[in-house]
Amino acid sequence: MADITITERQAGDVTILDLDGKVTIGEGSVALRSTIRRVLGEGKNKILLNLGRVGYIDSSGIGELVSSFTAVSKEGGTLKLLNLTEKIQDLLAITKLLTVFDVFENEADALSSFN
Amino acid sequence: MTETRELKLLSVIESVDEAAAAAEAYARDLKLADDVVFAIDLAVRESVANAVKHGNKFDKDKQIELTIGKSVAGVEITVRDFGTGFRPEDIPDPTDSENLLKANGRGILFMRSFMDDVEWSNPNGGGLLVKMIKKL
Repeated sequence: MADITITERQAGDVTILDLDGKVTIGEGSVALRSTIRRVLGEGKNKILLNLGRVGYIDSSGIGELVSSFTAVSKEGGTLKLLNLTEKIQDLLAITKLLTVFDVFENEADALSSFN
Repeated sequence: MTETRELKLLSVIESVDEAAAAAEAYARDLKLADDVVFAIDLAVRESVANAVKHGNKFDKDKQIELTIGKSVAGVEITVRDFGTGFRPEDIPDPTDSENLLKANGRGILFMRSFMDDVEWSNPNGGGLLVKMIKKL
């Protein structure tokens, strides 16, 4: 069984990636990296990561979020985060990455922020 | 009484999950609170990942030795690799503004944030030993 499943859907020109599982060293991080690269390759550079069903993330997973943010920014786009669990919120606070990412608790608000 | 658990792990990424599962099971046996279990799980993941990647550098001829036990100090975890060692003070602070967008370098921060005591030493026979304590 895969560590993570990533489901893609579109809301206008925003690509929403719903992550379900673990974003940890190995398979989970690699899957996120591959998906971001593919989406960017398709010319989509407004990306919303829905982390509501991410049960676990480690420093490699956090690093992958950062790499994704950087990659999207380099393409002139924006990557934002939705539905952080309390644990992920804590990890982003510890790493001071809450100063980097735009984080939302509501999908509608998140989508509005892209425009 | 929960005895000390000892594992010998291969220097592969899959060992991280194996080690974390053992640590979680140990913590659950002690009936520890969920946040304590999470802290121990994460610290073990980060330390074993470091041992695999940076210590033993994925060398299949080098193992990682993990111990999980309980003492008066709390839950004690040691992770030992057989690499060339490192100096924690050489690791840049990932929360410095110049490092925020770096992809790596947060493992030790998590270990120090979630465990009450983290110490590195160079054991006889080479390599690096990290000892972490979670007070109960």
